[in-house]
Amino acid sequence: MAEDKRRKMIGLQPEGDVDWSMYRGIMVVVEQRSGVAKPVSWQLLGEARRLADKLDAPLMALVMGQDVSHIAQQAIGYGADIVYHADAPELKDYRTRPYSRVCLKVIKTYRPEIVLMGATYTGRDLAGAIATHLPTGLTADSTQLDVDDERLLLASRPAFSEKMLATILCKQFKPQMATVRAGVFQALPYDEKRTGKIIAVHQDMHENDIVTKVLEFVQDDNRVNLEDAQVIVAGGRGLGGPDGFKLLHELANVLGGTVAASRAATDLGWIDHAYQVGQTGTTVRPKLYFAIGISGAVQHVVGMQNSDYIVAINKDPNAPIFQIANYGIVGDLFEIVPLLTKAFQERLTPVMAR
Amino acid sequence: MHIVVCIKQVPDSKEIKIDPKTNTLMRQGVPAVVNYYDMHGVEEALRIKDKYGARVTVITMGPPSADKALKQCISLGADEGVLVSDRAFAGADTLATSYVLASAIYKAADTWGPVDMIFAGKQTSDGDTGQVGPGIACRIDYEQLTYVQQIEDINPDTGELIVHRHLEDGVERVKTRTPVLITVVTELNTPRRASLPGMLRAARYTPIVWTTNDFEELDRSKIGLRGSPTIVSKTWVPEPKHVSTDMLTGTGNEVAATLVENLFGTELKHSLGWA
Ligand SMILES: Cc1cc2nc3c(=O)[nH]c(=O)nc-3n(C[C@H](O)[C@H](O)[C@H](O)COP(=O)(O)OP(=O)(O)OC[C@H]3O[C@@H](n4cnc5c(N)ncnc54)[C@H](O)[C@@H]3O)c2cc1C
Ligand SMILES: Nc1ncnc2c1ncn2[C@@H]1O[C@H](COP(=O)(O)O)[C@@H](O)[C@H]1O
Repeated sequence: MAEDKRRKMIGLQPEGDVDWSMYRGIMVVVEQRSGVAKPVSWQLLGEARRLADKLDAPLMALVMGQDVSHIAQQAIGYGADIVYHADAPELKDYRTRPYSRVCLKVIKTYRPEIVLMGATYTGRDLAGAIATHLPTGLTADSTQLDVDDERLLLASRPAFSEKMLATILCKQFKPQMATVRAGVFQALPYDEKRTGKIIAVHQDMHENDIVTKVLEFVQDDNRVNLEDAQVIVAGGRGLGGPDGFKLLHELANVLGGTVAASRAATDLGWIDHAYQVGQTGTTVRPKLYFAIGISGAVQHVVGMQNSDYIVAINKDPNAPIFQIANYGIVGDLFEIVPLLTKAFQERLTPVMAR
Repeated sequence: MHIVVCIKQVPDSKEIKIDPKTNTLMRQGVPAVVNYYDMHGVEEALRIKDKYGARVTVITMGPPSADKALKQCISLGADEGVLVSDRAFAGADTLATSYVLASAIYKAADTWGPVDMIFAGKQTSDGDTGQVGPGIACRIDYEQLTYVQQIEDINPDTGELIVHRHLEDGVERVKTRTPVLITVVTELNTPRRASLPGMLRAARYTPIVWTTNDFEELDRSKIGLRGSPTIVSKTWVPEPKHVSTDMLTGTGNEVAATLVENLFGTELKHSLGWA
């Protein structure tokens, strides 16, 4: 019984040697599904290339999956010097245990000083497990990266509902880890002539030892993808009901954009929660954002203030949304939006077709 | 079944303001609320309790004032509320937090029986990392299923369960076995309101408090600020995006035309391919 009380606690001490100077280089963990890499992985390689050059250290990529050698090759074209490539049927779908096992093995063998992953669902799932296991410090959802003279990773991230930015360091352990938000950095132009080394990583895993099974993945092509939208037409309580969104759809269609909503509108059931922008919804940074019948509560604003251009339409001249808008129109949305749709349509339709 | 729910009390973010002089957060007098996602974890635990019978223990690590959050969970139907609280825990990052919460979960198992399921929120509104859930699962070697939007099936006898995970590009159906840690998204359920008997019980209930002295094997170098490898080296308020709002006036037709003209005069014309 006494033994029962001594419980296993993982991640208390770094295993093995602790000569941190042995850790060199930056490793980006590439995320893929069904043999297609996520854009954030290439964006990360682009930024990590800059950091690796600054550190005068190699840029490594870790590619895991089944039949993903083409992704290993792509990683070189996007800037990696060395790619660790783990290919196995057990790695077909992402699962925490097999993926973290491979990842830990590669980190312990090749000792990168910095490990970066996308701050996607999968990236956060994996990074949280890895950092605890090692153990090391992990900064979530970074939007700026740099390194200093002491080779410290300066990972900056929004804090307190994006009201502040904080720079976070990990001096104590290596590798220094961070997840990085999608859409913040730019991928390098793909260079198919670039050369690099691809190293196969072997692991002895058996499906029978893995408890968790992925039964199916249902791709949702209608899944609102606000994160990647270039133009967003968002509506709030001012729309007065679900029908108001029809007006927004018409404008969005003309602009090739996506409809979104404030929480007031999703809470009222006018549109699905998946469309919600803001602190408890999605953070977006489109090129053009329309806030229509949205007052501009801070919880909404934190999720869209980084849009390149913001247009606000509201009948209340004192609505806070006007403070962050590039263009403001005080008026009744039911009058303005259809006129706007028409004006865009006329301007965007080629002269010949008119 | 024994289910633990990890909840955190967070400052009500709409009340947080920044002192324009010092660039620091003005937290004084900011009311605290239970982290939005965590209430969905509490609700799911209570639904399992209603359906199959289970003991629900709610755990939070935080200051003494966090006992209010626990009482709120008791009023909804949780069996026990544990406040893990000590000055020595203060300043913890996610690594130190997962260590203390994992220790508390072991202690809860010793006190009320083996823990089959743990619920945590997708992320907190103040820490906003989503790392504590996976950290706890890793510490105590549980299966880990993040971003769960539906529990399709639980077999209380075999411990097998099927859940739907909410991912960026679709939904994944996954099967696993207890013991398991699940992090939840808001699509999972709609949290209930407290019943009158629940409120009465909460009014009489005093949450259990565990301090460092209550954990026999706690390594004190691994908790609080000292046990946190990440350090905040600097915080700043980003330059507010310099916007000089152009208020467009005129008839509806005029403002629509002006807006279109103006937008076509920006780089959007190229970046959005408005030839
Ligand atoms: C913990 C927490 C998290 C939250 N998270 C989010 C979040 O993620 N996202 C979010 O959006 N909110 C969030 N909120 C809610 C937020 O505080 C606001 O309540 C919400 O954003 C308001 O939505 P709204 O602007 O659509 O509604 P309102 O504030 O009611 O504004 C409606 C606006 O429409 C205008 N209007 C009305 N009729 C017309 C018309 N005919 N023509 C033109 N204008 C018109 C009005 O003048 C008004 O300004 C959160 C709140 C809390 C407490
Ligand atoms: N101090 C804490 N006490 C209890 N649970 C916590 C604490 N911090 C985080 N959690 C849990 O971990 C989840 C993710 O938190 P975070 O990693 O901070 O975003 C939360 O939704 C809670 O369920």
